[in-house]
Amino acid sequence: MAYTFQFRDVLAQQDAIVNGLVLTLELSAGIIALGFAIGILVAAVLVYGKPWARKAAAVYVEMIRNTPLIVQLFLIFFGLPSLGLKLDVITASVLALTINLGAYTAEIVRAGFESIPKSQIEAGISLGLTGPQVFRHVVLLPALKNVYPSLTSQFVLMMLATSVVSQISAAELFHAGSIIQSRTFRDFEVYTVIAVLYLCLSLLMRVGFSACYRLFFRKS
Amino acid sequence: MIRELSGTDMLYLIGAMRWTVFLTFLALSGGGAIGLLIAACGASTRATLRYLARGYVVFVQGIPLLVWLFIFYFGLSIMGYNLPPWIAATIGFSVYASAFLGEIWRGALISIPRTQWEAGLSIGLTYIEQLRHVIIPQAVRVAIPPTVGFIVQLIKNTSLAAVIGFVELTREGQLTTAATFQPFAVYLIVAALYFSLCYPLTRYSRILERQRRVAR
Repeated sequence: MAYTFQFRDVLAQQDAIVNGLVLTLELSAGIIALGFAIGILVAAVLVYGKPWARKAAAVYVEMIRNTPLIVQLFLIFFGLPSLGLKLDVITASVLALTINLGAYTAEIVRAGFESIPKSQIEAGISLGLTGPQVFRHVVLLPALKNVYPSLTSQFVLMMLATSVVSQISAAELFHAGSIIQSRTFRDFEVYTVIAVLYLCLSLLMRVGFSACYRLFFRKS
Repeated sequence: MIRELSGTDMLYLIGAMRWTVFLTFLALSGGGAIGLLIAACGASTRATLRYLARGYVVFVQGIPLLVWLFIFYFGLSIMGYNLPPWIAATIGFSVYASAFLGEIWRGALISIPRTQWEAGLSIGLTYIEQLRHVIIPQAVRVAIPPTVGFIVQLIKNTSLAAVIGFVELTREGQLTTAATFQPFAVYLIVAALYFSLCYPLTRYSRILERQRRVAR
């Protein structure tokens, strides 16, 4: 192998990398918050909703879970303008990623809701708790505790999946990589650096989430 | 030149599905082979092997698939192999699939009671023989529903191969869009075609899962 690795040129472009990293973090935080909220809402509809609402929620979840993220993104970014709805890159990215994560989260949280025995809910009601109180203390928190590992690994996977929005040129980490590649022609070095950064992010997220678990669910 | 979206485009899109299926199949073969090794190490009694397997899974799953594809696409070319996109894609997807399949199958292996391993050991079987004759036949039943579920993920993720220029369904959609300038219609068709591949498998996986629960 007659190839000398040259990281100097790549590392000289650290501004682009840092900017990309920041956008990746912002995107991830935003879509995880939004997707989590949508997921809980849709899961509640899936389990406790009226029959028509359940159907609608199930159609949403199945449609998203059975088509690729990149196609959903292209449909929103390239397709919607022909219907008269033109979104900028960031809005389209957040929309596509949130819709996507919402469906996956809904499916996970649904499993959590279904793991709560009906008798527990009845016990809550018979103690005189109101509907929202029962939902919060008897259903939601124990359900989230039960599905915490799969939920958080979905979030980590979603952080990694934000790299896909580079394909509509959102200037996140992966896109920063492509830019530096076109400036320096150091393909392999660029993507090695990008890979290491993603790896660090995902490890940090895993550590963070397990610390959160102890924080949230220590008492129960 | 811009032209109308026609039946021929539709046929081309449907035709491109075979490359999506083809790539899924290659990734499943490559990823399955490595994944089996990872699962066997991950369920081993030797701590070193377990840590190695765990490290591999965390490492592979901690880097986006898109980055893996680029690393193999460019990485192999600087090593002097000028490979067509489909080979780079196959290697990239195999690595990606191996981590997920390894983790799924490790879970299946360790779900088999310890006593079954010990029974195998007590009649003088080696680790490989215990796996081959005692554990795997039982673990397969546990592993099949999530494996089918993962195949759905794999089919969807092969869409990323479009980015390194492998002409599968999504890439064909991009090409058709460039020619007809009807992105909404084209990507809707592309999405529908993916759905037609994935949804039956999703349903099948769920049915298998239910059957397994009943059987237990």
